[in-house]
Amino acid sequence: MSEIFAAKELTKTFGHGKHVVEAVKQVSFSLQEREVVTIVGESGSGKSTLARMVLGLLPITSGQMTFQGQDVTHLKDRAAYWRDVQAVFQDPFSSFNQFFTVRRLLHRSLRLLHADVGRERLEESLQYVGLTGPDVLDRYPHQLSGGQRQRIMIARALMLRPKLLVADEATSMLDASLRVNILNVLTDLRDELGMTVLFITHDIGQACYVADRVLVMENGLMVEQGSTDDVIFNPQHEYTQRLLSDVPKLHQAS
Amino acid sequence: MKSMNFTTRFWISFSLVLATVLIGFVGPLIIKTSPDAVVGGLYDPPSGFGPLLLGTDNEGQSVLANLVYGTRTSLIVGLLAGTIASVIGLAIGIVAGYKGGVVDEILMGATNIALAIPGIVIIILLSIALDSRAIVPLGAVIGVTAWPWMARAVRAQATSVRTREHLDVARLSGARFWSILAWDLLPYLLSYVVMAFVLQVSGAILAEAALSLLGLGPSNAVSLGTMLYWAIAWGSVRTGAWWAFLPPTIMLTVLAFSLLLLQSSMDEVFNPRLRRGKAVKRRKPPSPRTPEEIEEVSPTAIGGSTLVQPPIGVSRGADS
Amino acid sequence: MSRLVNAEHLRASYHTPDGREVTAVDGVSVHIDEGEVLGIAGESGSGKSTLGAILSLTARPPLYVDSGSLEIDGQTQALDGSSKIPRTWRGSVVSLLPQGAMNSISPTMRVRDLVVDVMRAHNRSVTKDEALDRARDRLASLDLPTRVLDAYPHQLSGGMKQRTVTIISTLLNPRLLIADEPTSALDVTSQKALIDMLLQMLEQKIMSGVIFITHDLPVLRTVSNRIAVMYAGKIVEVGDAEELTTAPRHPYSAALLSSVLVPEPAYRKMRVYGIPGAPPNLAHPPSGCRFHPRCGLVMDECHTEEPPHVGDQLRFSKCFWALKNPGQSVPLKAVTASSLSETDTVVEDDDDTTSRPDDEPSEVPA
Repeated sequence: MSEIFAAKELTKTFGHGKHVVEAVKQVSFSLQEREVVTIVGESGSGKSTLARMVLGLLPITSGQMTFQGQDVTHLKDRAAYWRDVQAVFQDPFSSFNQFFTVRRLLHRSLRLLHADVGRERLEESLQYVGLTGPDVLDRYPHQLSGGQRQRIMIARALMLRPKLLVADEATSMLDASLRVNILNVLTDLRDELGMTVLFITHDIGQACYVADRVLVMENGLMVEQGSTDDVIFNPQHEYTQRLLSDVPKLHQAS
Repeated sequence: MKSMNFTTRFWISFSLVLATVLIGFVGPLIIKTSPDAVVGGLYDPPSGFGPLLLGTDNEGQSVLANLVYGTRTSLIVGLLAGTIASVIGLAIGIVAGYKGGVVDEILMGATNIALAIPGIVIIILLSIALDSRAIVPLGAVIGVTAWPWMARAVRAQATSVRTREHLDVARLSGARFWSILAWDLLPYLLSYVVMAFVLQVSGAILAEAALSLLGLGPSNAVSLGTMLYWAIAWGSVRTGAWWAFLPPTIMLTVLAFSLLLLQSSMDEVFNPRLRRGKAVKRRKPPSPRTPEEIEEVSPTAIGGSTLVQPPIGVSRGADS
Repeated sequence: MSRLVNAEHLRASYHTPDGREVTAVDGVSVHIDEGEVLGIAGESGSGKSTLGAILSLTARPPLYVDSGSLEIDGQTQALDGSSKIPRTWRGSVVSLLPQGAMNSISPTMRVRDLVVDVMRAHNRSVTKDEALDRARDRLASLDLPTRVLDAYPHQLSGGMKQRTVTIISTLLNPRLLIADEPTSALDVTSQKALIDMLLQMLEQKIMSGVIFITHDLPVLRTVSNRIAVMYAGKIVEVGDAEELTTAPRHPYSAALLSSVLVPEPAYRKMRVYGIPGAPPNLAHPPSGCRFHPRCGLVMDECHTEEPPHVGDQLRFSKCFWALKNPGQSVPLKAVTASSLSETDTVVEDDDDTTSRPDDEPSEVPA
C-alpha cells in the first residue's frame, strides 16, 4: 500500500478581525491506497469543512495537501484534480439541481472525460449502483426516492473513476436498511475499482462497519486516530469515549 | 412546474395590468387625434365621444389623446428602466451572493453607497447633465439609479441557495463559473426576479411621474407626469378643470396599484404557503409564517409535485 | 397505570391531483398509558409520519382522515370530519413536534417572538410577559440557559434548536406530545440530550405521554416503553421495547433490526444486508401480507390471505410465521439470507413516486 493523499497541519479560519472562527485547526492525516477511512465527530466539529478542503472546494488558510505526491494545496487545474477526487454529499435532495434531469446531471460531469469513454462509463456506473439507465435517466430528482437519488450521486462520482471518493455524511439521511446497502456499494467499489474512500459521519456504528481506520475530530482538532479496532474498542481520548457512550444501545449486554 | 394555482387576486391584477397595457399600446392606434393637435380652447369641459371625451387641456389639446400617449410613455419608461435595473441588480446580486467573501463585501459596499444616495437627486442631476431628454435616455437614467435595491434582494436569495449542495456538485463536475450562475443559481431565483422586476417597473413609472412633475419630463413626448405638470402650472386645480388633472392621476394610480397587486399575487402563486393561515402578512421577507404553521406543519407529500417549487433554497428534514 | 390515549381504527388517505386515493394509514389502533412513551418504527413510506399527523390533528389536504376516533382522558373525538375538532385540542391536548421544525422558521424571528406567538395563538389574553415567564421557568426547570430566548434560530446548534422547539411545542402542557423524527438530523450527543430532556419532561408531568416516531431502532429502544412497527400503512408488530428489539416476532421487525449498525466487534467481520426491495407503492399494495414480496420467511398463504393477529393487545404480531411458531422470535439470519441479494432496492413504481407519502416531505421555503 502506498500513500495517496496526505494533509499536513491543515487549518481553516472563517471571518477576520474579532470574529475569527477556527473551524479546522492544524489537522494532519494521510490516506493509503484502497483504504476506507472514516472521520467521526459531532456536528460543528469541522469534519465537513475538512472534507471541503480536501475536495478543493474551500481555500485553505494554512497547511499543505499532497495528492499522489503532488502538492495540491493551491490548485491550478481543478478540473484535473476533480477527475481523480470526487464526492457524494449528505442531502440526497439538495445535491440535485431540481431543474435538471438525471441525464443532464450526469452528462455535465462527463465533460471532464474524453467524449468516447463517456457513454460507456455512464451505463457502467449506473450498473454498479444497481440502477439502469432507461429507468432513471429522464427523471427529475423529485420523481426519485431518497435512496435512488443517493445512488445516482454515487454513480456520478464513479463515472470519473476517481482515485479518492469523499463521502460527506452520504448516508445520514437514509433509512437504516438503505444505509447498509449504500455502505456495501461503497466497500464493494473499493474492492473492485481500488478506490480510496474518505467517509465522513457522526455515526460510530457506520464507522465501525466500513472503516479500516478512524479519525476523531472535536472542535476542529483531530483528537484521536488509529485503526478502527483500536479507536472504537479501545478509545484513548476522553472525547471518543464520550461519543461511544452516547450511542444508543440496541443490545443491552454491550 | 405543471399546474400553478392562480388566485383570483392574480387574475384581477393581471387584467388590470393588461388593461393599462392595451390603453398604452393599442389606444394610440385607435385614437387618431394627435396629442399635439389643438382641438379646442383652454380647458373645454368633456363632451361627446370624440377626442373631447375628456375635454381639453391648457393648450386646447385633447386630454384623451394625451392620456393614451402619456400612458404609453410611462409604460415604455417603466419597462425600460425596470429591465435595466433588474439586469444590473441581478448581475451584481448573483455574483455577490455566489462568490461571498471579499467579492461580496466589495459589491455590497458599492451597492450600499449607491443606495444611500437619494435616487431622485441623481436622476435630476443626470437628466440635467444629459442634454437630450428623450424617453429612452430618461428610462435608462431611472434604471441606472434603481438597481441597488434589486442587487440586495437578489444577493440575499442567492446566499440562501448557495448553501445547497448541488452547487458543489456542479463545481466538482467541472462546470464553469458562468455556467453555474446561469444554470444552477438563476433558475432558483427566477420567480423571485420576475416579482422584483414587476416592482421595479412600478417604481420606475412613479419615478418618471415625479421627474415630470418637476418639469424634467421627456421633451419629445407627452407623459402622465408632464400632463400633471402643465395642469398644475396652468391652474386647473384652482379653476376646477378636474378633467385636466384627474385622468392622469387615476391612470398613474391604477398603473402602480395593479403592478403592486400583481407582484403580491405572484408571491402567492410561487409561494403556496402564503395562502394558508391568517395573520400571514406581518413579516415580509423571507417567507412569513404564522406560529400556527410552525406547530402544525403536516406532511403534505402527495401535493408536492403539483406545487411550484419554492423560488429559494429549501431545507429538508431527514429523508424518512 | 391509567389509560391516557385510545386511538381506534385510524384510516387516512392522500388524494392525488389526478383523483386517486392512496391510503397511507389503514386501520391502525394505538393506545398509550399515563406516563408512557410509545415508539413508532418503520421505513420511509411506512405511513408513520402520516399517523403522527392524524394523532396530532394536523392532517390537512391532500391528506384526509377517512375514519377513526381519538379518546383522551375519557373524552372521545371523531377524526373523520363528522364533528368539528375543538380548537383547544390542538396544542393543549395534543401537540406535534414536527420534522426539522426550526429550519422552517423565519430567520428574522427570535426565539422569544416565537414563544409569544405560539402562546397567543392559543390564548389571546396571554400577555407577552406571561408567555416569556413561562418559557423562562420551563427552560430553568430543564437546566437550559434562558438566554436562548434572545437568540435567532441560526445562532443555535442543531441540538439546541431541536430542544428549543420541543420546549416551545410543550409550553401549553399538552397531554400527548407527538414527536416526528426529532432526532434524525442530530448527532449522537445531541440525540442523547434531547431524549434525556424528553424523559425529564415526562417525569415533571409537562406532558403525560409521548409518541416518538423514528426509523432509528436503537433510539427507540432507549426512549420508549413500547414499540409499534409500521409497514405499508399498518402496524405489523407491537411489544415491549426491550422484548421487541431482542426477540422480534415479525420478519419485518427482524429485518429492520438486522440492518442496524452498532459499534460492536461482530460488525467488523460480518456483512450486513439491507431489506431487499423497496416499500410498496401504497396506491397498489401487495395482496395478502403486504410484506410478503420482501420477506425471507414467506409462505403460500402470505400471498393471498390477510395475516392473522397473533398475541394480545400488548404484544402481538400480524404474521403467519408467528402463528405457526408461537412464542418464538424470528431468527435474524433467516430474514436477510444472502440468497436475497441486496442489490435490487430500486423503486419499481413507474410514475408513482408521488404516492410514497413519507419519502417526500413538502418543501419549506427557508
